[in-house]
Formats: sequence, C-alpha cells, structure tokens
Amino acid sequence: MLNDIVKNLLSEVSGIDNVPLNGAFNIRSNGASAGRNSTETIQIVSKPDGTGIDIIVKAGTKDENVHIPALISGDNMHDLVYNDFYIGEDADITIVAGCGIHNCGGGVSQHDGIHRFFVGKNAKVKYLEKHIGEGDGMGENIINPQTHIFAEENSYLEMDTIQMKGIDSTKRVSTAKLAEGATIVIKEKIMTHGKQFAETSFDVVMEGENSSAKLISRSVARDASKQVFKSKIFGNNACYGHSECDAIIMDSGVVIAEPNIVANHVEASLIHEAAIGKIAGDQLMKLMTLGLTEKEAEAQIIGGFLK
Amino acid sequence: MLELKDICYQVDGKEILKNVNLKIDDNMFVVLTGPNGGGKSTLAKIIAGIETPTSGQIVLDGVDITNWSVTERANGGISFAFQQPVRFKGITVKDLIALASGENLSTAAACGYLAEVGLCAKDYIDREVNDSLSGGELKRIEIATVMARKTKLTLFDEPEAGIDLWSFKNLIDVFEKLHEEIKGSIFIISHQERILNIADQVVVISGGKVTQVGTKDQVLPMLFGVETGCKFFKEA
Repeated sequence: MLNDIVKNLLSEVSGIDNVPLNGAFNIRSNGASAGRNSTETIQIVSKPDGTGIDIIVKAGTKDENVHIPALISGDNMHDLVYNDFYIGEDADITIVAGCGIHNCGGGVSQHDGIHRFFVGKNAKVKYLEKHIGEGDGMGENIINPQTHIFAEENSYLEMDTIQMKGIDSTKRVSTAKLAEGATIVIKEKIMTHGKQFAETSFDVVMEGENSSAKLISRSVARDASKQVFKSKIFGNNACYGHSECDAIIMDSGVVIAEPNIVANHVEASLIHEAAIGKIAGDQLMKLMTLGLTEKEAEAQIIGGFLK
Repeated sequence: MLELKDICYQVDGKEILKNVNLKIDDNMFVVLTGPNGGGKSTLAKIIAGIETPTSGQIVLDGVDITNWSVTERANGGISFAFQQPVRFKGITVKDLIALASGENLSTAAACGYLAEVGLCAKDYIDREVNDSLSGGELKRIEIATVMARKTKLTLFDEPEAGIDLWSFKNLIDVFEKLHEEIKGSIFIISHQERILNIADQVVVISGGKVTQVGTKDQVLPMLFGVETGCKFFKEA
C-alpha cells in the first residue's frame, strides 16, 4: 500500500492516483519496487544485477501506455536506477516516467535515473517525464536524469520533459544517435527559483540520411536561480537539426546558453536559436489594459510560456 | 463622459502635448486625426494610463482618474487597442479573448468575436498569439479582444493599419456594430476618410495642440479645403 505522501507524488508525477489495475507499470518508491505489471505485449523485468529494469515492447504493439514513476519520500536517500527500453519495430506507445521527491528532513535526497531507449525501425514513442520536489525541510532535492536514445531507421521519438518546482539542483543529460530517416523531438520546460540550479545538456548525432532533430527548451529563471543550456548537434549526413533556447529571466536569475552545431556534411542543415530576456514591458502593459494587475499579467505570461 | 483638462506631456524637454482640452461625451463616435508626430498616439496612451501627463487632469464620469494605474482605468471602463499588437508565446487567441472578457468564456462566445472581425474561428481560436500570425491577423485579434471587454470607452490606435482593403469594409461594420451594441464611446485614431465619415465628432491634433473639433460636416471640408491640410489624410 502506498501512503498519502507517495500517492500525492505519484499523482503529481504521472497523473495516476494509485497503483493502476491494468496496463504495464513499475512504481519505484524509495529505491524498491512498490508495484509492477507486465502485459502480453510489454514485459517489465528486473535486471539480473538488480540495478534497474528492462522494459521490452513487442514489435507492432499499438496504443499502449507504460508508467514507470520513481518516488522518494524521505531525506538522506540516494536512488540510482538504470532503466532500458527496447521498443520493437512498428510499435506505437506512450511512456510516462518522472520522479517526485518529498523531503521534510535536513539531508539531501537524490534520484539519478539513467534511461536508454533502443527504438526499433518505424517505431513511434512518446515519452513524458515530469520532475517535482516538495517538503518543508531544509534538505536539498536533487534529480539528475539521463536519457540516451538510439533511434533506428525511420523511427520517431518525442520527449516532453517538465520541471516546475522544488528541485534544488539538476543536471539533465540527453544524447541521441539517429539512423536514416529517424526523428527526435525534445521539448523541455523548466522553472527555477530561490537558489536553484539547472543544467541541460543535449548531444545529438545525426548519422543517417534524412534524419532530423528538434530540441526546444523554454525556461524561466526567477530569484537568484541559475540555468545553463548546452546543446551540441552533429550533422554527419543529409539531415536537419534545430535547437531553440527561449528563456525568461526575472529578479536576479541567470541563464547561459551554449549552442554548438557541427555540420560534417554539405547537405546538413543546422539551426540554433537562443533568446534570453525579461518579460517584455509591452506584454505586461497589454494585459494590464485588459484589467489584470502587473502580478496577474506576469503570471499569465509565464503560465502561457511554460504551458 | 471623459474630460481632458490642460494635458501637457514632455519628454526630454520636448513638448509633445500642449494644454490639450477635450471632452468626449457618452455614446459618441470620435475620430482623432492629424499629421504623424502630432501627438495622437501619446494622447490615447495618456487616456489609457500607459503614459503619465506632465501636468493636467483626466476626469472620467466626474472622477479624477489622473493618478489611476493602467489596471484601474481598464477596470474603470477604458479599453485600448494597440497600434502594434503584442505577441505572446504560449497564450492562445482564446486565452486572450477570455482574459479580455474577464470571465470564463465559452469557445462559442470567443469564436463569435473572431467571426465579427472576419477570422474563421476554428482556424484561429487555439492558435498562439505569436510570430506565426501576420500583422493583419494580429490587428483583427486585437480588435476582437477590446470588443470582448464591452467598456464605456474604447480607444483604437490606427486600427486600419495592416488591414487589407477587403476587411476594411468589415472593420467599418465592426465599429458601427460595437458603437450600437455597447452604447459606449469610441475614440479612434485614424487617417482614413471612410472612418472619418462615420464619426459623430472629429478632432484634429497637430503639433501637440488640438486645432479643430467639430462634426465631420464642420471639420472635413476644412481638412479638404486647405491644401496643406490634406497631407496626412488618406482616401480609402
């Protein structure tokens, strides 16, 4: 049975209120399994060395979901897990991951989830990841996720990753290697406040002809928080790569964007866009002429930006 | 009724508005015209609270609102359609119209405002008010947002700019319908003859001063009659 704190984290991270009755899932709570279910087409098995799980999706599986939330409800915990996803050819599935930490103590709680995706030919994956931290203690919440994608011919992976509150420090590493015709789209939304720190690092290699990568980061850095956005895109064939870092800074927030695009092929087309700045005065003014206060206008603008 | 009393506005020692006195009665359709750089937009911004006059007084329905904020004036019954509408990443057309209306607007109601400004609602209602919209589309959405507010005074700063000829006719209909429905005053900055032609009152501002005020029948012949006076005046 899950206690109320864990249930709340589960709901926040994965949108489910309790252990699901059906569908494939693995709920990890404080470093141990709190529930697991495999289906006919999606097998979830522990790694022999106990370091994590393998999620094996049969070729041709359609319209199924997998939930694999990781939850921590204490301080002084360091949870490290390796999860590997093997997506069969022609499959079309949604994976809901993410991590929630509830830390009411004085010690550091940390979750490092290292995920590898082996996406088969023509397979399609939607991967949703949400990270939150809560608790009124002085202990820090740290989440360092890693996502490594190996996309085979004509496969498609879309990743939506969100971090809105309560994570004091995060280093998010995403790498991808794309075969012919493979596409990845990564959308990241981050808000930091207080003295939080967030670093995002993308490293994408487009090896195959007609592969494409789109990396979109929208972030808000408030108070004295700091964010670093690093992206490297290598075009080693006729391919299309686009990275975009769009950030709003407030108070004493700091955002650093370090784009790096490398075209190793004459048919490679690579673009990087970065825009960092405070909320435009005319945006605030427009919403104030509609009757909103300055604070309400600011909330609307940020809410829309990170929606 | 809105009354401007001796409004002066200076920037870096330069006088933009010089002792402007003007009354806008209830349910009036007023067009403010005059040469570029004459102070028209500044005057509208001063009424909306976006700019603060160096001196003078603004009175709305007998209440001195000179020191009211933009928000207070908006909630007090003043709307303002920007000459250059603002873009927002992530805020949809429906969001903006709902914020303008101040209530949980149904999709059908929001679509109604878009239809009024000649936009096919299903193509626009869920779109973000961002760079993907053309200047003309943004302009029409801007007009839809102020229509949704239904305030007693609505200011439009050159609403025709960026609107093509086909939709210009619709724009006139929009203003006439708005005027009829909300029974409030409409104050439009424009150079266009067709907009001037539907005015109850025409105000000419030039060099920071109000130079003429009257009905269109009184003012337009003077604008046409004086050779140099027509330079800023465009026939639609």
